[in-house]
Amino acid sequence: MNGITVALSKGRIFEETLPLLAAAGIVPSENPEQSRKLIIGTNRPDVRVVIVRASDVPTYVQYGAADLGIAGKDVLIEHGGTGLYQPLDLKIAKCRMCVAAPDGFDYAAAVCRGARLRVATKYIQTAREHFAAKGVHVDLIKLYGSMELAPLAGLADAIVDLVSSGGTLKANNLVEVEEIMAISSRLVVNQASLKMKRALLQPVIDSFAGAVK
Amino acid sequence: MRRWLLPEGIEDLLPDEAVAVESLRRRLLDEFARHGYQLVAPPLLEYVESLFTGSGHDLDPRTFKLIDQLSGRTMGVRADITPQVARIDAHLLNRRGVTRLCYCGSVLHTLPAGLLASREPMQIGVELYGHAGPEADSEVIRLLARALALAEISAVRVDLGHVGIFRALMAEAGLADDAEQEVFAALQAKDVPTLRSLVAPMPESVRSGLLCLPELYGGPEVLDEAARRLPTRGDIVAAIANLRRLAVDLADLPIGFDLADLRGYHYHNGVVFAAYCDGAPGAVALGGRYDNVGECFGCKRAATGFSMDLRELVKLSPRPELPGAILAPWPEDKEVHEEVERLRRRGEAVVLALPGHAGFWREAGCDRALVRRGAEWIVETLKED
Repeated sequence: MNGITVALSKGRIFEETLPLLAAAGIVPSENPEQSRKLIIGTNRPDVRVVIVRASDVPTYVQYGAADLGIAGKDVLIEHGGTGLYQPLDLKIAKCRMCVAAPDGFDYAAAVCRGARLRVATKYIQTAREHFAAKGVHVDLIKLYGSMELAPLAGLADAIVDLVSSGGTLKANNLVEVEEIMAISSRLVVNQASLKMKRALLQPVIDSFAGAVK
Repeated sequence: MRRWLLPEGIEDLLPDEAVAVESLRRRLLDEFARHGYQLVAPPLLEYVESLFTGSGHDLDPRTFKLIDQLSGRTMGVRADITPQVARIDAHLLNRRGVTRLCYCGSVLHTLPAGLLASREPMQIGVELYGHAGPEADSEVIRLLARALALAEISAVRVDLGHVGIFRALMAEAGLADDAEQEVFAALQAKDVPTLRSLVAPMPESVRSGLLCLPELYGGPEVLDEAARRLPTRGDIVAAIANLRRLAVDLADLPIGFDLADLRGYHYHNGVVFAAYCDGAPGAVALGGRYDNVGECFGCKRAATGFSMDLRELVKLSPRPELPGAILAPWPEDKEVHEEVERLRRRGEAVVLALPGHAGFWREAGCDRALVRRGAEWIVETLKED
């Protein structure tokens, strides 16, 4: 493919990326929420957007199926980020990666006395790294959604999940007991693309950088 | 149990691919020989102590290991031939002059080196020992470009960097190993946000130097920018001068510069380079300078070279149109026999039809047949299947 392929996920990341694309003079010709197309053209004949699941964005870019992509830091940590350039923090789709536990569960005391915690999460790498750094033994339970249910149903003592407003936690009687890291979306670039298509990609990257500041 | 199933990342080469790999292997080794590179063939496995010294620093987790039943010592199946060739140069050859060596052989990786990479790459490469000047880098990079052209790989680009710049900045920062590793990882990913937070506590000159590295990529103009923006330490000035020299020497090749690309910096210590091409998501060839790597084998020498995966190259290069074989009748008499021998001497592949087998000649690679027309034997296009 000679032009630029940009991998984006539907929803918040797509919405918040539109102004950045506009700064680079790129306007997608359709909205993925309305269209069922997975490849969307733009006003520029040499630029197209592919719509993929958020967690698949790094994979598409790593294999060179897309030259650029926008992925949350959470997704990049789980993916490992090998073989990708991550030149820009776009400061969009901001949220926090947190440990949450049922209201009343004394997390600090449990950690302090060296208990072995059961933690349910979609973010296995992040959770493993966080608890290893704290020196806490955990049994990780991989879930694909509705993490908040796990402690309520007795599946886990705590969860590791993304929190943006905290509304879901509150509705399920959970409290945030620890922030692991702040999350925002990153621009990721395929290594070979940056070398081979520099003349095409660099202006886009520069426009993004200008729009973020 | 699926008895036919191969382990992940391990594959057979079927006739079409095997012949392409072998043909390219011969063309490359012949080209290396024409440049004076002598072929060596190190063993498939060695004691891990010799595999992991020097340039083998990062190879431990990627190496398959087994116990030598004779000595009880741990052996590793080589994951990289470079340290083996360095051992040969430093300990066995003991030459005092410049030594040029090349090699080709299978290596095994526990973890594949890249995406879609085989766990059994066929590593091919060259090493040049005994010359510390930029002429050696220039020769090796030129040979790499020649090799990629022989493989008919399109739109090649070779990016050059210099490990000395990063080393100089790190020496000035005086970081512990772990912290240095984090800076290195962020730089490799051109992860500017992370880099910015890591360099915050460092002295101003180091901080600005490290922060500008991810931006220093592109054509030779990058070197002027580097000279302006990097601290003027002797080792940094020398590194930039070294790259400038190569920019002039290699101006006819599609080269670029990327001062944040430092692969293998644990053992590299000078100019490093990586080749990219259309159709590959990452580098197709890697190389660079690793002076004094032979020290642990008893001989300090300047060294540079490159290596690549032959299987990967074959996937990227167009399939050669090879002539098919000629089908000949089973030679009942001397006349047919002589005709077949004559064709083979001319370099043709001749397949003899064993008695009792009719057909399926095309799948055996035949596209022509040796037939008698009157008193003469002629070769014509194969009509039957």
